[in-house]
Amino acid sequence: MINLRIDGIPVEVAPGATVLDAALAAGVDVPRLCAHEDLSPSGGCRMCMVEVDGTSGLQPSCTLEARDGMDVATETDPIVAHRKITLDGFVSDHPLDCVTCEKAGACELQKYCYRYDISGTTMGFDLQRTMVQDDNPAFLRDHKYCILCGRCVRVCEEIVGAKAIQFADRGSSTYVATTFDRPLEESTCVFCGSCVEVCPTAALLPKSSIGKGREWELGRQRSVCSYCGVGCRLEYRTRTVTGLNGPRTEIVRAEGFPEAPVNGSFLCSKGRYGWDYAAHPNRLTKPLIRKDLAYEMGLTDEPWDVPDQSPLKAKPAVAREGFVETDWETALSVVADRLARAAETYGPGAVAGLASARCSNEDNYVFQKMMRGAVGTNNVDHCARLCHASTVAGLARAFGSGAMTNSIREIRHADCIFITGSNTSEAHPVIGYEVMRAVRDGASLIVVDPRRIPITEHATLHLQAKSGTDIWIFMAMMRVIRDENLADEEFITQRTEGFPAFAAGLDDITVEEAARQSGVSEDKIRTAARIYAGGIRQEGESRYPEVREAGRGRSTILYAMGITQRSNGTELVLTLANLSMLCGQIGKPSTGVNPLRGQGNVQGACDLGALPNVYPGYQKVDDPAIRSRIADLWSVPADDLDERPGLTVVEMMHSVLDDTVKAMIFMGENPMISDPNGAHVEEALRHVGFLAVADIFLTETAQLAHVVLPATSAMEKVGTFTNTERRVQLGSSVIEPPGEARPDWQFIGEIGRRVAERLGRTSLRWEWDDAAAVMEEIAAVAPIYGGVRHSRAAGDGVNWPCPDLDHPGTPILHVGEFKRGKGAFHAVTPKAPAELPDEEYPFVLSTGRMLYHYHTGTMSRRSEVLDWKQKRGYVEVNTADAEKLGVTDGEPLVIESRRGKIRTAARVGTVVPPGMVFVPFHFREAAANLLTQDENLDPTAKIPELKMCAVRVTNPAVQSA
Amino acid sequence: MAFTSYCLVCGGIGCEASSADTIYQRICDGVDAAGILDDVQVVKTGCFGFCEQGPIVKVLPDESFYVQVSPDDAESIVTEHLVKGRAVDRLQYREKGSEATPSKAISFYQKQVRIVLRNCGFIDPEDIEEYIARSGYVGLEKALFAMTPDDIISELKASGLRGRGGGGFSTAKKWLFSKQASAHQKYIVCNADEGDPGAYMDRSVLEGDPYSILEAMVIAGYTVGADKGFVYVRAEYPLAIRRLQHAIGQAVDRGLLGENILGSGFSFSVEIRLGAGAFVCGEETALLMSVEGKRGMPVQRPPYPAVKGLWGKPTVINNVETLANIPVILTKGGKWFSKIGSETSRGTKVFALTGKINNSGLIEVPMGITLRDIIFNIGGGIPNGKAFKAVQTGGPSGGMITAEHLDTPIDYETLTELGSMMGSGGMIVMDEDDSMVDVAKFYLGFTVDESCGKCVPCRIGGRKIWKLLDTFAAGNGTLEDLEQIERIGAWMKTSSLCGLGKTAPNPALSSIQHFRSEYLTEETV
Repeated sequence: MINLRIDGIPVEVAPGATVLDAALAAGVDVPRLCAHEDLSPSGGCRMCMVEVDGTSGLQPSCTLEARDGMDVATETDPIVAHRKITLDGFVSDHPLDCVTCEKAGACELQKYCYRYDISGTTMGFDLQRTMVQDDNPAFLRDHKYCILCGRCVRVCEEIVGAKAIQFADRGSSTYVATTFDRPLEESTCVFCGSCVEVCPTAALLPKSSIGKGREWELGRQRSVCSYCGVGCRLEYRTRTVTGLNGPRTEIVRAEGFPEAPVNGSFLCSKGRYGWDYAAHPNRLTKPLIRKDLAYEMGLTDEPWDVPDQSPLKAKPAVAREGFVETDWETALSVVADRLARAAETYGPGAVAGLASARCSNEDNYVFQKMMRGAVGTNNVDHCARLCHASTVAGLARAFGSGAMTNSIREIRHADCIFITGSNTSEAHPVIGYEVMRAVRDGASLIVVDPRRIPITEHATLHLQAKSGTDIWIFMAMMRVIRDENLADEEFITQRTEGFPAFAAGLDDITVEEAARQSGVSEDKIRTAARIYAGGIRQEGESRYPEVREAGRGRSTILYAMGITQRSNGTELVLTLANLSMLCGQIGKPSTGVNPLRGQGNVQGACDLGALPNVYPGYQKVDDPAIRSRIADLWSVPADDLDERPGLTVVEMMHSVLDDTVKAMIFMGENPMISDPNGAHVEEALRHVGFLAVADIFLTETAQLAHVVLPATSAMEKVGTFTNTERRVQLGSSVIEPPGEARPDWQFIGEIGRRVAERLGRTSLRWEWDDAAAVMEEIAAVAPIYGGVRHSRAAGDGVNWPCPDLDHPGTPILHVGEFKRGKGAFHAVTPKAPAELPDEEYPFVLSTGRMLYHYHTGTMSRRSEVLDWKQKRGYVEVNTADAEKLGVTDGEPLVIESRRGKIRTAARVGTVVPPGMVFVPFHFREAAANLLTQDENLDPTAKIPELKMCAVRVTNPAVQSA
Repeated sequence: MAFTSYCLVCGGIGCEASSADTIYQRICDGVDAAGILDDVQVVKTGCFGFCEQGPIVKVLPDESFYVQVSPDDAESIVTEHLVKGRAVDRLQYREKGSEATPSKAISFYQKQVRIVLRNCGFIDPEDIEEYIARSGYVGLEKALFAMTPDDIISELKASGLRGRGGGGFSTAKKWLFSKQASAHQKYIVCNADEGDPGAYMDRSVLEGDPYSILEAMVIAGYTVGADKGFVYVRAEYPLAIRRLQHAIGQAVDRGLLGENILGSGFSFSVEIRLGAGAFVCGEETALLMSVEGKRGMPVQRPPYPAVKGLWGKPTVINNVETLANIPVILTKGGKWFSKIGSETSRGTKVFALTGKINNSGLIEVPMGITLRDIIFNIGGGIPNGKAFKAVQTGGPSGGMITAEHLDTPIDYETLTELGSMMGSGGMIVMDEDDSMVDVAKFYLGFTVDESCGKCVPCRIGGRKIWKLLDTFAAGNGTLEDLEQIERIGAWMKTSSLCGLGKTAPNPALSSIQHFRSEYLTEETV
């Protein structure tokens, strides 16, 4: 450690720290306009200059490395005089219109002018930049206020990796510009607003809050982002507006904040700009009953037939015509009545429910309690089935716990990052930032992916394996590791079992064959194996002394749906688990096998038992001891609880058409778009006897429901969300729910109470004062949540397993011992995808997310900025194929599989290799899931192979001509 | 095969611009036609330095020095001189009032000591054999086979060589720091981004003797443990780039560059990177950014490039002139080198002598020579009988030196004491007609345009001083304005990020110091 004195205050900092770091650690607020804690130092603003005893003149503290024994003065007369003239210079080129400036109160230039009493310039006011660029709905670029600190340029390159902006021109004409001054939309900008976040002045302003209040007038409410599984914490800035219905709160913008445990100050475009869906005029504000049912109930005189047109094609306003508004009492009683009636008539198994990865832990807990306790069925599942069911199954078998083994912030300290089947920078942008941060610091990045996704730009090695051949690469890597004695023998001996059988299986794998199968060179496969096994950085040795001593750097595996949404998904997960154990790259900091979970609370929904085979906390429903414990906690006879695992998502749809499922209730799920073989889903939903849907919009699925219940968005309720690293975080109620919308757990609990009463299960409890009370019950039921309370979930949250109130939480799993005792190797043999291209359907189709949209588009497509940035769906097609098809960028293509057909715009490029197309699944007009398969499920996890099916691609212009 | 005479045609870009290439072609054709190809070797060399008198043709062994030659004169040079052995009198250079002066007797060359320019004007820069013939690659051979890296650093230390780019930092120390830095990859970078107005020392070396730079870079690579070098040349030097590229090709072909150099097992490759016209890219940290393909903007030092440079790796960055000294130092020894020059500044310095001076051109003089010697002996004094007023050294970053200091022996230290600097070696002479306010304004205009815009003192301060100078140039400046220039100037000097901003106010401050009366009229004082 380095010891020095700042203004006489002794302070200790780590080697490599700057004098500015030391000053801040000592509590000395050295003025700075270009320095930022997350960015490389620039040294341009000259505000942080200090004096160091024994050296002459002033030195910038932001670039000066702290050294032992330094004696630093930060506020002497010469320093103050220097800062005054520097500010004098700044304000000679900056409007002094603080009285009306949006940034007043938060402007850092203003702050230092106040501190050093600079109210004008002695140098002559001479504004060099006057350009105002208003070319996008996200933020305004007003160059008048720009002080050229370069934070925006650095954040864009260093944190976001977009490199959209740079300084242009020279000298006093310097300004920040995109390449060739093209509009931001045509640049590589990803509209994450990180530049706006770090801008010290009003040069970059979020448009949503312009004119809506001064810094000190706006409220602050910290919460959790409602989008992906990264679980960024953010701060909503709010104001109160008074309308006809009295005062209500309005979000004016979202900001990051440095203390946020996962994301720090940074967000992606969805987090920063995607919150406005909550205030969208199409929000559901009252319960709705479909007109045919309403007619039957005497609520309307107008007879009604459900139109034949698919909701995928219906305009929302027209769709609304099929419903009448009703009150909560009527809606709840009809839902309870229909569910109970189905259970009574056909048995509890005739009822099925889908919970939601977008609802809170409390919502999900109450939902599964309603299904299991009140209805008496385990037919509860949710869309995790379609994303990480194979993770939950595979990692549980290998390690004993099916979640990320390590935490997100550990990624930055990894020596090697191995990413496969994860489009990290689009689907989990902030984890992408974390990866880029590590790579910038010298970590190696290996990407195994059939597409040239954005993160590959930062990769040390990109193994662009043909779709479905990745398993060959993983197996061949392990063969290399075994043959070259790169395995961690000690770890294997002490911590694992099943190794001999697994290792013998490797004899059948050769690097040559893997190269032939995958199209990746043998050399690349071998290099990847060596880098991963040894945790070798770009420069070779690890920068961490303790790791160097161990002789092996830290390698971490990140993966997502490219691995899991496969007919052999569970085996692929087991393979990655094998790889990590083979090299001892697990159970230590910055290592592990880390599934990146897709939705904001998909981890929590799984944790809370929104799965057909487990109670909350992954306690198996078919274990009698567990069943009786749960029954005790819920005060029901154990026999009232279903002893068999229930139906999974895809099985539910099949069962409806088999007439074994008669009534359904969905909470915040939109299977019309998210589930495979969309036509089949629609057929099922039209067929089912009763369907209730709780959501915040009249989704494509809700349009087919008999009863629609208006739910609250994540911004309108208190509840916890568990992110992908198992961190349970508290979301706050930021704004009031619209109309009569209610928190899901409240009305689901009410349905539960009514169904239970009707079915005579009156001992069940449904009364909770608030969401915190639900969490207390969760803590009692799910041991891994034993120590979780709302008070602990607030702030930094807590990573489960957290068995009791004194437990600090567990950021890293399997330290010292695996959850299941010994880590289990599983012998796996490579399998080909279920539906391979053939003459009739010659292309491979893959589906997934794109940066600006989320899941079924319910939220993101109702956000102004996100919708502006990406209005329509598209199909990625390789340049060579496009040429053959006679199609250019933006022209339509028809994609057809054995199950359906869509038409969408071609996005021509080299992201996909020849012979492959990719369609994002967010867009109902070009719903990728009309094409995907709902057969050939992974035998263990029952996950459909969404990442691969065979399609035919045609150019409609050529067809018609 | 020995030739009886040699005809050297200056191929520096100044002479080339005045049809030197046509002159060369016609002489070659004439020699061919006269059937004396076996007797006369015609060589297009690098710059002779005496640019005032170009195009220049020199004939050896008799040292005839033909000046202001035109293509039409080629015929008589061939028929009269090369065939018949009679010098063409009308083309010969004449010192004032004298007969035809052979090159050895020309006073422009008399006080010069040519180490850096040793081959300029002597060899064909496109023929490595000629370089080798003049002891080229002797230094490298010695380094690779007879010296350890530490020996080389000791030799450099003994020589006392300091950086010729302007900073004057000890080259031995710079190499040592880089050698001591532990890293898998290190780099050698040659700074050939010569940008000072009126300066062309580096260009002449690259055009006239590119091999010396390549040889020095290999020696540097061997010494510090680098296997990769970059020469960063401004794109405005097309001839230099062409000759350097050609030289790299020849050196690689002969095993003097590339894999396993001279069979020593040591490998070193060199790539050329072109500058895009930004003056600030001559600043070493900005240059490295530019080599990396980024916008060239200076980075705060420390850390110095020797420790953390190109792509974060230890990087020796030396200027062209510094490198050109290295092979000679290794060949003749550091001790020999240290005997030339002044106490603190060993060796020679190349200056580009321009402005109000009779013999403008490129000169190489031992450190410690006086300005008077340079201006009045080598330079031939001020034209048209005007009085000397000042000389600007160090280019736009330097200051003005007045008549009272003409007898100061010049080196790094003395120039700094005089409020100017060595800089890269620009030397612009001004006479009594020149307005010092205008000169200062010109230089400030230059640095304002060329500031990278990163740090506030340079970006804003420079522009403010320029505006105030503009007020003075129009005759409207006040004492208050003058004090404001000094105040802003002091701010820039003490707190700018890089050398450009730190020195940018020098022309203004130094002209105020020496020529205050030109700023203030009696009313405004």
